[in-house]
Amino acid sequence: MAAQLLKFISSLRLTVVCLACALVLVFLGTMAQEPLGLYIVQKNYFQSTFVDWFSLKAGIQKALHLLKVDVIPISADEVLRAPWIPVFPGGYLIGWVLLINLLAAHYVRFKFTWQKAGIFMTHVGLILLLLGQFFTEQLQEESNLRLEEGEERNYSEDQRDAELVFIDPSNPDFDRVVAIPNAVLAKGREITHEALPFGIRVERYAQNSRLKNYNPESQDGAPAATRGIGARASLSEIAPATAMNELDVPSAVISFTGANAPEGTWLMSVNLDSPQEILAGGKTWKAEYRFTRHYTPYSIGLIDFRHDLYLGTEKPRNFSSQIRLTNAETGEDREVLIRMNEPLRYAGATYFQASFDEKNPNVTILQVVRNPAWLTPYVAVIIVGAGLLVQFLMHLFKFASRRKA
Amino acid sequence: MKKNLYWILIVALFTAYAASTLRTRTDKGPYHVQSFAGLPVVLNGRIQPLDSVARNSLLIIRGSARVPLEGNSVDGRWGSFEELGDEGQKIFFERKWYQFSRHPKKLSPPEWLLEVMSRPDDADQRYIFLINHPELKTELGLEAQGLDRSGLTYFRYADISPRRQRLMQDANVVSQKKAEQRTPFEKEVHKVAQAMILYERLKNSIQTEHSRSFAERLARFPETVKALRSSFQESGSTEAMDEQGVQYVTEMYREFEFLSAMAYPFVIPPPAGSHDRDAWRTMGASLTNSLQSAQLHPATLAYARMLTAYQEEKAADFNQAVSGHRTWMMENGFESELKKGSSELFFNNYAPFRTSIVIYIVAFLMAGFFLFSDAPGALHGARWLIGLALLVHTSGLIFRMVLEGRPPVTNLYSSAIFIGWGTVVLGVIIERFWKNGIGSLVASLIGVITLIIAHNLSLDGDTMEMLQAVLDTNFWLATHVVVITLGYSAMFLAGLLGVLYLVLGVLTPKLNGLVGSGKTTLGKAIAKNVYGIICFATLFSFVGTVLGGIWADQSWGRFWGWDPKENGALMIVLWCAIILHARWGGLIREKGLMVLAIAGNIITAFSWFGVNMLGIGLHSYGFMDEAFKWLMIFNVSQVLLMCLAIVPDRFWRSGTAPVPTTTSTRPDRPLPGKSKGSPKPQPA
Repeated sequence: MAAQLLKFISSLRLTVVCLACALVLVFLGTMAQEPLGLYIVQKNYFQSTFVDWFSLKAGIQKALHLLKVDVIPISADEVLRAPWIPVFPGGYLIGWVLLINLLAAHYVRFKFTWQKAGIFMTHVGLILLLLGQFFTEQLQEESNLRLEEGEERNYSEDQRDAELVFIDPSNPDFDRVVAIPNAVLAKGREITHEALPFGIRVERYAQNSRLKNYNPESQDGAPAATRGIGARASLSEIAPATAMNELDVPSAVISFTGANAPEGTWLMSVNLDSPQEILAGGKTWKAEYRFTRHYTPYSIGLIDFRHDLYLGTEKPRNFSSQIRLTNAETGEDREVLIRMNEPLRYAGATYFQASFDEKNPNVTILQVVRNPAWLTPYVAVIIVGAGLLVQFLMHLFKFASRRKA
Repeated sequence: MKKNLYWILIVALFTAYAASTLRTRTDKGPYHVQSFAGLPVVLNGRIQPLDSVARNSLLIIRGSARVPLEGNSVDGRWGSFEELGDEGQKIFFERKWYQFSRHPKKLSPPEWLLEVMSRPDDADQRYIFLINHPELKTELGLEAQGLDRSGLTYFRYADISPRRQRLMQDANVVSQKKAEQRTPFEKEVHKVAQAMILYERLKNSIQTEHSRSFAERLARFPETVKALRSSFQESGSTEAMDEQGVQYVTEMYREFEFLSAMAYPFVIPPPAGSHDRDAWRTMGASLTNSLQSAQLHPATLAYARMLTAYQEEKAADFNQAVSGHRTWMMENGFESELKKGSSELFFNNYAPFRTSIVIYIVAFLMAGFFLFSDAPGALHGARWLIGLALLVHTSGLIFRMVLEGRPPVTNLYSSAIFIGWGTVVLGVIIERFWKNGIGSLVASLIGVITLIIAHNLSLDGDTMEMLQAVLDTNFWLATHVVVITLGYSAMFLAGLLGVLYLVLGVLTPKLNGLVGSGKTTLGKAIAKNVYGIICFATLFSFVGTVLGGIWADQSWGRFWGWDPKENGALMIVLWCAIILHARWGGLIREKGLMVLAIAGNIITAFSWFGVNMLGIGLHSYGFMDEAFKWLMIFNVSQVLLMCLAIVPDRFWRSGTAPVPTTTSTRPDRPLPGKSKGSPKPQPA
C-alpha cells in the first residue's frame, strides 16, 4: 500500500497531470483578468489552494466571449460575494504537489549520473525558483512614494491598506501617533487604546466609497455624519476596485465613547485631504484616515521629474526622477537618477519609476518594493538555464556523433 | 548533366532577380524624385526619409504603397482613369491577373506625395481611399463608382469630400467608444475619417492647399516685415505703414498659422549642427516664428521652391531646389541625417522581405515536388533557393537593425520577421542533418507564412517606430526578446514537423521510407527531430521567460506579475514540460508527440498574438480583429490536423510501426506486421 502510494506520488503521470492543471490554471487565470482584475485573480487563482467555481467561471466566460459566444459576464463583485465552492486546484496546491512529486521521484528512482546532471540541475533550479516566488509572495511589501518637486519624505504609503490615526501634537519635539489598522476597523467592534482618552465605535465602514458634497438645502441624500466635514459630505459605498490602475477609497463613520468624548458621528475617509481636529480630554487631537505608512530611517526628496514624449507623438520617451537621498544615520547625502529600467536599490528596498500624475507634471510616483527573496530568480535562472543547456548539448552531440558513425 | 540544368536555371533566374533589387533606383522623368524622396525629416519621433513618410501614409490610407493610374473600364477598355472618366465611366478595375501584357502606370510613394503637396487638385482624383463596408459606401453616396481590385474598392478624395462633415461627425461619436466595442461599420468610419485627416494634413504640410507661386511670395516675406517694422519705428504709428505690405503679411501669416495647425512631418532641421530630434520643426511652426525674427529658415524656402517648381512643372528648378537643400544640409552638419535618409530610402526600394517571400514560395514548390517525385534536381534547387532567400532575409534583418540601432525584435512586425528567420535557420540545420528535403520543405513554408504575416502587420504604418520608455533598453531587447522569440520559432518548427508527419503518414507511405544511410525510417527521423526541437524550445522559452521576469524585476519591481504576456510565455514552458515528461513517462509515443507538438502551435500562437488581443495588461499593443479572425482559422486548422492522429491505423498509408529493412529498395506500400506504435522499431 505504502509502496503503491509512493509509486503514485513519484510518478511521471502525476507530474504531467499537475503540469496540465497548471496550464489550464494559467490560461483561465489570464482570461479572468479582464472581468475580475489582476488582484482578485492572483488571490483566487494563483495564491490559493483551490480555485472557487465563480472565479473559474469568470475565466471560462471570457474565453467563450472571445469566441463570440453570447454570455453574460460575471462581475468581480459577484465573485467576491459568491459562496466559495472549490472546483479546481489552485496555484499553491499544484506547486506543492509538484514539489513533493519531484522530491519523491528523486528519492525513488533517481540515481545521479553525469548523464543526468543537466536534468538534476534543472530541477534544483526550478525548486529554488518556485520557493523563491512563494517567499516573495509571503514577504514582499509594496508601497508608493509620491513626491512633488522640492518635497522630501521619510515614508512610503501602502495604497492597498489604510489606517485610522490619532495624532497628539501637544509635545513640540514630536507627535504622538496612535494608528488603528484597517482590519480592526472593518470588524466594526468598539476600539479602545490606553493612549487615547476615548473609545471609538465604528458606525459604518466601506471598503470602497465615493464622497460627494452635501448641500443641506437641496434635500438630496443625507449627510455622512453629524460633526466635522462629514456634515457637508455624503458617503456611498461602491464595489471594490478591480482594475489594475484603480484603488479602493476606504471610508468609515465613527463615534466616540467615554466620559470626555466629543459627541456626534464623524466621517473619516482616505479621500479627505486634511486631518480633522477633535477636542477630547482638554486636548486637541488630529484624526486622519490615511494609507498605511512605512517609515524609513532615511529620506528621499525629489529634485526634478522628467516625462518626455517623442516629438509629434503621444508616446512616452523617458520617465526619470532626479532624487536626493539623505540618511542621517550614515551621513549619506547624494543625488540619484531613477529611470525606467534603472531602479535604486537601497537598504533592502528598491525604488522604481512607476508612474506620474496626469494633473501635475512635477509629481513623480515611485514604487517601493521590499523583497528579501529578490535574488532567487537570478540564481535559479542560471542553474536551470545551465542545466537545460547541458542536457540539450549532450543530446545534440550524441545525436550528431551517432549520425556520423 | 542535362537533367540538372533546369534547377540551375531556376536558381540563376532568382539570383538575378534578387540581385536586381539591389540596384539604385533612377528617375524616369526629368524630376529628381529619388533625391527628394531621400530627404530626411522627423516623424513619429525618428529621422526618416520623405519616402517613408509617403509610403507609410499610403499604407494607412490605401493599404498598398502604389497608386495605379490606369486600368480597365466596365466595358473592358484599357486606359488611364482620367481619360476613361472623361468619357463618363465611373467604375474601374485594376489590372486583372491574366492581363500580362498590361503594365499600368503607377505613382510611386514619393511621386504621390509630391502630387499631394503641390498639385492637390490632381491628387484628389486618385483612387486611394479604401472603403469596403457597404453601409458606409451608401452613407457616403459611393454606389456605382470607384476602383475595384479583387473585391476591394477604392475611392477618390473628390468622391467622399462632399459628405466629409457627416463622416467626421460619425467618427467623433465612434471615437468615444472603446476600440474593442466598435462594430465593423464604426471601425471603418473611424478608419476612413483618420485616413482623410491624414491626407488633408499631408496636403497642407509645406504650403496651403490652394497656394500658388508660394516660393516667390514667401521670399519677399522677411524684407516686407523689416520694412514695415522700420516704418513703424520711424513714425511711431501703424497708419504710416504700407497698406499693401500689411495686407500681404497678414495673409501670409494666416497661411502660416493654418500650416502650423495642419502640417504632418517635421521637415525643418534644427539650428546648424544640432542633432536634437526634438528641435526639428514643421513648416508651419518655423514660418510662424519668422514673423518675430523677420528671417526665414533656409529650409522653408527650399521646400517652398521644390513645391512651386513641381506645381509649375519646372523640372530644372525643382532639381536645383532639392540639390540646394541637400548641399545646405551637408554644409550645416546634417551628414548623418542625410545618410540615414538615403539608407532608409535604399532599404524601402530594396524591399528584401518581399523578395524573400517570392523565393521561399518557389523553394517550397520545388521541395514539395521533390517529395513526390524524388527528382534530385528539385531538392538541389530548393536548397539553393532557400539559401538565397535566407541570405536576402538575413540582409534585410541586419539592415533594419542597423537603421534602427536596435536588436532584431522591437515590435510585433519585427517579431514575425525574426521568428521566420529563426525557423528557417533551424530548418536548414535539419536539412543538413537528414538531407531528405523535409527541412527544406518546412523552412520554406514557415518562411513564406511568417513573412506574409509580417507584411500584413506592416500595413499599420511605420514598422520602425520609436520604442516606449519601458522598452527602450537594447540589453533586454537583445536578450529576453531574442531568446523568447527563438523559442517561438522552435515551437512552430516542431508543430509543422508534426503536421508533416501526420499528413505524410495518412496520405503516403513515405514515413516508412529509409533515410540517413538506411538506418532509420523517415517517421523515426521526424520524431527525433521533433523531440530535439522541443528540447531546444524548452531551453529557449524557459530562459527567455525568466529573463523577462528579471527585466520586469528591474523595471517594475516584481519578477512575476501574472501579466497576460508573461502567462503566455509560461504556458509555452509548461507545454514543453508536459510534452517532455509525457514522453519520458511513456504516456505518449510517436503520434502522441506529433499531436502535442501541433497543439504547441496553438499555444505559441496564443502567446505571440492572442494575449495582445485581450486588450489588457502591460504588453497589449492594441486590439486586432482581423488578426483574431486569422488566429481562429489557424487554431481550427491545427485541431483538424491533430484529428489526423485518430484516423485508425488501417487507413494510414504509412502504417504505424514501420519495419526498417536493410534492402536498398524504398518500401512503397505499408509493410505487414504492424504493432501498436511502439517507441522502438520492432526488429524484422
